[in-house]
Amino acid sequence: MVNTKVSLSGWELDNPVIPASGTFGFGYEFAELYDINCLGTFSFKGTTRQARFGNPTPRIAECPSGMINSVGLQNPGVEAVISEELPRLAKCFDKKVIANVSGFSIEEYAETCRMLDSQEQVGILEVNVSCPNVHNGGMSFGTSPESAAQVTKAVKAVTTKPVYIKLSPNVTDIVSIAKACEEAGADGISMINTLLGMRIDLKTKKPVIANKMGGFSGSAIFPVAVRMVYQVYEAVNIPIIGMGGVSSAKDVIEMMLAGASAVQVGAANLVDPFACRQIIEDLPVVMEKYKIENLKDIIGGAHIG
Amino acid sequence: MVTITQGIYKIKENAAIAKDIMKMVLCGDTSAITAPGQFINIKLDGFFLRRPISICDYDSESITIIYKIVGEGTEAMAKLESGDELDVLVGLGNGYNTEKSGEKPLLLGGGVGVPPLYNLCKVLIGQGKKPTVILGFNTEKEVFYKDEFASLGADVIVATADGTCGVKGFVTDAMKDVEYDYFFTCGPEPMFRAIEKVAATSGQYSFEERMGCGFGACMGCSCKTKYGNKRICKDGPVLEREEIIW
Repeated sequence: MVNTKVSLSGWELDNPVIPASGTFGFGYEFAELYDINCLGTFSFKGTTRQARFGNPTPRIAECPSGMINSVGLQNPGVEAVISEELPRLAKCFDKKVIANVSGFSIEEYAETCRMLDSQEQVGILEVNVSCPNVHNGGMSFGTSPESAAQVTKAVKAVTTKPVYIKLSPNVTDIVSIAKACEEAGADGISMINTLLGMRIDLKTKKPVIANKMGGFSGSAIFPVAVRMVYQVYEAVNIPIIGMGGVSSAKDVIEMMLAGASAVQVGAANLVDPFACRQIIEDLPVVMEKYKIENLKDIIGGAHIG
Repeated sequence: MVTITQGIYKIKENAAIAKDIMKMVLCGDTSAITAPGQFINIKLDGFFLRRPISICDYDSESITIIYKIVGEGTEAMAKLESGDELDVLVGLGNGYNTEKSGEKPLLLGGGVGVPPLYNLCKVLIGQGKKPTVILGFNTEKEVFYKDEFASLGADVIVATADGTCGVKGFVTDAMKDVEYDYFFTCGPEPMFRAIEKVAATSGQYSFEERMGCGFGACMGCSCKTKYGNKRICKDGPVLEREEIIW
């Protein structure tokens, strides 16, 4: 019998498989399809202080082995998340969730996190300083070590739950940003968000996405994510939730060997709504194949020797 | 509760029925389909996202879709042969609400918006209603399903923009003399805007949008309505006239 349990800042998960924010809503679309309690946990839709409609459509573009999205943080706002989404989620999910938070100012990040910190259903606050799809905020906080550290400090000052900072790959040196977050008090790192990308329609000769550019995700970005997780693992002592193009149990193990303590699955959920359940079913089989008894033991395994 | 299903479907037929228009029949479980106007989402080898296509008709063991070759995905679909298998999500979207229809519904289809009206027409006739169907195309070579609608027992009017078949002009030109007490439509948005200017009754519009997932998870196809934000894939694709913000 293999052991798939992992832990994040003292929170033990049955397995490391976590649907990524923005690909799983607040869980109920998937709860209609299968019992989502099989998941390690999931990261809910990126939440801001105020409700947001997001960007104009088209928001989606097809890519080789991936997709571009430019949703622009559509969400009902933190108050509605607390009063409506979380109670509804409690009916179909018994575990704690990861609360994904975005903002447009340091004060806004802190206030939204403070409000979610008081919710029993929240296990970890995942602070997204890396959304490529909103102007005057989002990714701009995650592109310099100083501003990422400022957001981290402000959130840590008003919360008690573990704070994981979700980093952007659209930077020259992700390691320095991860280190700055660790020094500022972050309990962990989530990485990577989408890569800024673009498609142009040959018929119209215009960008496919209304907002012109968007976040590129899907299996095409997996090697980039593995590389970045590997680099950051060498430089920090806090846990990493690895993500970016993960779509199979083998990918989960590869990401953990690079240094991830748990793994998020994003775009794969949109193509196959049963993707995470399948990965969880496959995981013990793949572990046995590669002679892994305890999943925890392989975290960062690629760095040894 | 009926929900969407995922399955492997065998292609029974995949052939051209008009210029760039293909008809495909897929065999497999259809239990997730609850209303006319719903759609399926097809996984194709070599493409990341699924392709959403409206259901033209179905029975207990097969689904008929009609699609236009417009891009690389549909080009690849057109090359598939009977016996090939496809991974398909079935029973997506809300579909048309036929309970709101009057006794004389008008069905307005434009181009590749025509297919979902076929099963709708069948259901309405089954309810004892007397539908009139107006099918709009650019030119005669693109016309399809005129006889099929007539065989259901509907009054059928064809309109072509160049006048090569039926009434010369748009569906809105053909609807001037038609008596109706409710309407259902599917087609391009310019057609919707023209209908919106002249329609005399309540009705339902079926919208198209680029989708990520097709089942309400990604917020890729959101739109604003008078009753709040809706997802075309899950809360639509059919919206009621009264809620649409143009």
